[in-house]
Amino acid sequence: MYQVMLEETGESFQCNEAESALKALARSGKRGIPVGCRGGGCGVCKVKVVSGEYSQTVMSRAHVSKEDEANREVLACCIYPRSNLLLRVIGKLQHVVRR
Amino acid sequence: MALTGVLRPGHAQIRVLDMAAATKFYGDVLGLVETGRDKQGRVYYKCWDERDHNSLVLRQADQAGLDFFAFKVLDKATLEKFDADLKAYGLKTERIPAGDMLETGERVRFELPSGHLIELYAEKTQVGNGLPNLNPPPWDLKNSERGIAPVRMDHCLMYGPNIDQNKKIFMEVLGFYLVERVFMPKGGPAGEAAIWLSCGHKSHDVAFVVHEQPGKLHHVSFWLNSWEKTLRAGDIMSMNEVPIDIGPTRHGITRGETIYAFDPSGNRFETFAGGYQPYPDWIPTDWEFESLGPGLDYPQRKLHESFLTVLT
Ligand code: FES
Ligand SMILES: [Fe+2]
Repeated sequence: MYQVMLEETGESFQCNEAESALKALARSGKRGIPVGCRGGGCGVCKVKVVSGEYSQTVMSRAHVSKEDEANREVLACCIYPRSNLLLRVIGKLQHVVRR
Repeated sequence: MALTGVLRPGHAQIRVLDMAAATKFYGDVLGLVETGRDKQGRVYYKCWDERDHNSLVLRQADQAGLDFFAFKVLDKATLEKFDADLKAYGLKTERIPAGDMLETGERVRFELPSGHLIELYAEKTQVGNGLPNLNPPPWDLKNSERGIAPVRMDHCLMYGPNIDQNKKIFMEVLGFYLVERVFMPKGGPAGEAAIWLSCGHKSHDVAFVVHEQPGKLHHVSFWLNSWEKTLRAGDIMSMNEVPIDIGPTRHGITRGETIYAFDPSGNRFETFAGGYQPYPDWIPTDWEFESLGPGLDYPQRKLHESFLTVLT
């Protein structure tokens, strides 16, 4: 079990190696990262891994470029902790209806 | 009602990030019937009670979303007429040769002002629903109860700009009629924020929501025969840890009983039942944007944030 912390809020939650950071967040009942498709497709859960090690599953290139990946900017629903993690939320929900 | 012109939604081609995970989901959990794989590696499915060879095609890609959505038209003469009518309307059309998709005839493809590719075709091999044609039982043990086992691919909701122009094309060229709509928020520009269009007797065959980015997929929907089956689908989703977005609940708009959930690549799908059967002479049902909450989720009256923001 590892500890995942959100930089902005200082909120933290437990996450095991077999569950994504986003899934663990949802399971904990806490908030802080937008929850969308949970499959690496929609991009709303994008985070920067400020510190810590993780493994990852495939993510949509529409939301995570090779450069992003190298820069540890990834989708929280596709990363699995291999150490404690510190995350900065960078995904934003886009407004869709012009007002 | 005589059904001519555009008959029904025919197929959706969806991009998936991991084909192995996708086929496990669509085959085993959603319980579609796999009908083939082509040289490009695309995997073809139909719902158990559909007669034609395929209604869902998966293509492995590096991003999720919808490649194209297609409608079956009555016959080849109808296809030719629609091609000519679309061109006369000012749209560019493209012919995709027969055989490009397995067991599927020539397709006429065009791009909507919302950035979505739409196809029309007249021919697809009828492989049947697995039941005998003579004195059939109402369902079978092989595919009708395996996984969620929807009856048919029912409709698609797409997000993009210029949905007013989409509406004109569907109504003026393709013979659809407007069933329900949501107006834009009060105090801003007038117009429609969302439209539900039918080509037959269903509450909708295609729907659009206005969105800044073109070509977005909200969901492909699969039909179930009852609310009970919708609840069963929810149970099967949870057993398999399929991420559910909304539901089981009932839409105010179209009155359908619904679950929104996501495939392993993050493409939203819907399992859908109920609703009502409109006729083309009916006056459309109107919704204020301010009532989109009950329009989306009638019992909860909640405009779930993900409805307008989570797309592929
Ligand atoms: S929730 Fe959609 S990409 Fe993570
Ligand atoms: Fe739907």
